[in-house]
Amino acid sequence: MAAPVSLQVEFGGGAELLFDGVKKHQVTLPSQPEPWDIRNLLKWIKQNLLKERPELFMQGESVRPGILVLINDADWELMGELDYKLQDQDNVLFISTLHGG
Amino acid sequence: MCEASGRCGGCGEAPVRRRAAPACSRPRPCVKCGDGPAAVVIRIGDAFCRACFREYFVHKFRAMLGKNRVIFPGEKVLLALSGGMASSAMLRQVQEGLSRETAKRLRFVPGLIYIDEGAVCGQSLVQREQTLTRMEALLQETGFPYYLASLEQALELPGSILRRGPGGDSEPSPSYKAAVEGFIQQQRQEEANGDGGTSPAGLGTQDGPAGGSHAHLPAAARTEELLRLFDAAETLTAKEELLQMLRSHLLLHTARTQGYTKVMTGESCTRVAIKLLTNLALGRGAFLAVDTGFVDSRHGDVTVVRPMRDYMAKEIAFYNHFFGVPTVITPPLHAKRREKTSIHRLMENFLLGLQVDFPSTISTVYRTGEKLSVAPAESNGELQRCLLCLCALDIAGEEELALEPTLVKEDTGNGAESRAAFIPLLCYSCRLTFKEMGPPATLPPYVRTEAQHRNCRALMKQQIQEFLLEDDEEEPGGS
Ligand SMILES: [Zn+2]
Ligand SMILES: [Zn+2]
Repeated sequence: MAAPVSLQVEFGGGAELLFDGVKKHQVTLPSQPEPWDIRNLLKWIKQNLLKERPELFMQGESVRPGILVLINDADWELMGELDYKLQDQDNVLFISTLHGG
Repeated sequence: MCEASGRCGGCGEAPVRRRAAPACSRPRPCVKCGDGPAAVVIRIGDAFCRACFREYFVHKFRAMLGKNRVIFPGEKVLLALSGGMASSAMLRQVQEGLSRETAKRLRFVPGLIYIDEGAVCGQSLVQREQTLTRMEALLQETGFPYYLASLEQALELPGSILRRGPGGDSEPSPSYKAAVEGFIQQQRQEEANGDGGTSPAGLGTQDGPAGGSHAHLPAAARTEELLRLFDAAETLTAKEELLQMLRSHLLLHTARTQGYTKVMTGESCTRVAIKLLTNLALGRGAFLAVDTGFVDSRHGDVTVVRPMRDYMAKEIAFYNHFFGVPTVITPPLHAKRREKTSIHRLMENFLLGLQVDFPSTISTVYRTGEKLSVAPAESNGELQRCLLCLCALDIAGEEELALEPTLVKEDTGNGAESRAAFIPLLCYSCRLTFKEMGPPATLPPYVRTEAQHRNCRALMKQQIQEFLLEDDEEEPGGS
C-alpha cells in the first residue's frame, strides 16, 4: 500500500483555461495499492480537476499532443514520462503550446 | 557553437520512432557541458541543462538575423506581439540583443504592437479590459514605444492597404554592408561629439510617448459590425483566414503610418510547419515561400520577417518557463457549438500527433519548406495582385468565370457588389475562401472599396483598349 502523495499540479500556456483559469492546484492523492505514477495522476486529474471537454487535455491515457509536461522543472522526457513514480512534494507542470480549441 | 544554428532537427535520416527514457527520479547530465543536470530535450536525444539551453536559444536568434541580413542598423522594426509564447520570447530576444555589449548588439530600433482580438475570441468586455491592462503593463515596462490596437480598427482601414507600396525587392536597395558601415561611422561621430552616449539603441522612447495608444475598448457598434462579419463567414476555416487577413492588414497599416519598414512576427517552427500544410490544403501551394519564409515582401514598402521560425514551440515554452518571460494567454478564435473544426486545427492535431511518435516530423516538414523559393513573379512590382492576400495572381484574367459557374449562378445580381465582381481580383485560394466568407455586403469596407476601385480601373482600361486595338492589329503577330 502506497502512502498518500501531496503534489503541486500547475497549468500554463492556456491549459489553465480548462481548469477554471486556476494555475496552481495543491492536491493530495489518496493511498492506493500501487505507487502513483504520471499515468495514474492523469486519470485522477481527469476525474477530479477536469470539468469539461477532456479531449482538449488528454488523448488516450496520455496528455494531448502539444501539451508539455515538466516534473520538478525538468522535461518529463528525461524522467520516464507516464511511468515516472511520483514522490511526495513533487511539482508537475502542464504547459499548452496549442492554438486551436 | 554553430551547430546550434540552422535546422531544428536531424538531417535527412529515416524517421526515428521515439522511445521513452526509463523512469528515474533525477535527469541525466547535459550533453553539451556534461556537467549540469539536463532540463529539456531539444531534439532526438539532445538533453541540455538550463545554462546550455539558454545559450543555444539566444545564439539561435542572433544567428537567424545575422544569416539573413535583412534588418539594417538604425531601422525601425515593429514587433507584433500577441501575448502568446512565441512573440513574447521574441520580445525577450530583442531586449537581450539590444542590451548586449557593443560588438554583438542588435542595432535596430524596435516598436511594439498588440492587437486585441478578444471580440472574435468569445471574450466579454471585462475580460478584454483585463487582458488589455495586463498587456499594456507588459509593453510599458520594456520602455519601447508601443501601440495598442483592436481588431475592430481593421474596419476603418483605407482601401490603399491592399495596394503594394513602393520599394521592396523590385527596386535596388542599399547593400547591407554599406548600411552597417554607414551606421558605425555615424555612431563614432556621435561618440566623438559626446552625444552618442553608451545607452543601447532603441531603449527609451525616441518616438516620444506612443500617443493615443492608451488602453480603451472600441465602440460597441464597431464590435457588432466585426461580429457580423465573422458570423457571416460560413466555416471556421474561413474565419481563421479572415482573422489572419485583418490582423496582417492592421499591422501593415500601423507600420506604414508610424514609419516602420519591417514587421517582426513570432511564428515558431511548429507554427510554420502547420501553416505549410494548412496552406497546401487551402490551395496556396504557389505562395508557400511568401507565406512561411523568413522574409515576406509582398507589401513592397514594409517587409515582414519571421525570426522565430527556427524554434520549436516546445523550446519556446521551456525558455519562457525557465527564464520568466511573461505571457498573456487568451483563448483562440471562438467556434460555435457543433461548428465543424477548421483545416488549421485539423492540421495542428495531425502534425502534433505524428510528432509524438516521430520527433522529426515537424522539422522535416519545416525543412521541406526551406527548400521552396519565392517565384520570380512574386518580386515583380508590376504584377496584378490578389485583392485579399496580395500575392501575384496565379490565375489568368479570362479563365475565371468559366471556372466559377456556381458563383455566377448564386449571384444576387446587385451590380458592382456582386460576388462575381470580386472573383477576377482573387487568387485561386482566396476564391475558395471567399466563397465561404458570406455576402459581399458584410465584407470589411476597405476590401469593398478597393474591389470597386480595381474594377473601375479594369473597366477604364478595357474601354481605352478598345481604341488601341486597331493599332495592335496593324503589327503582324510575328514577335
Ligand atoms: Zn550544459
Ligand atoms: Zn489571395
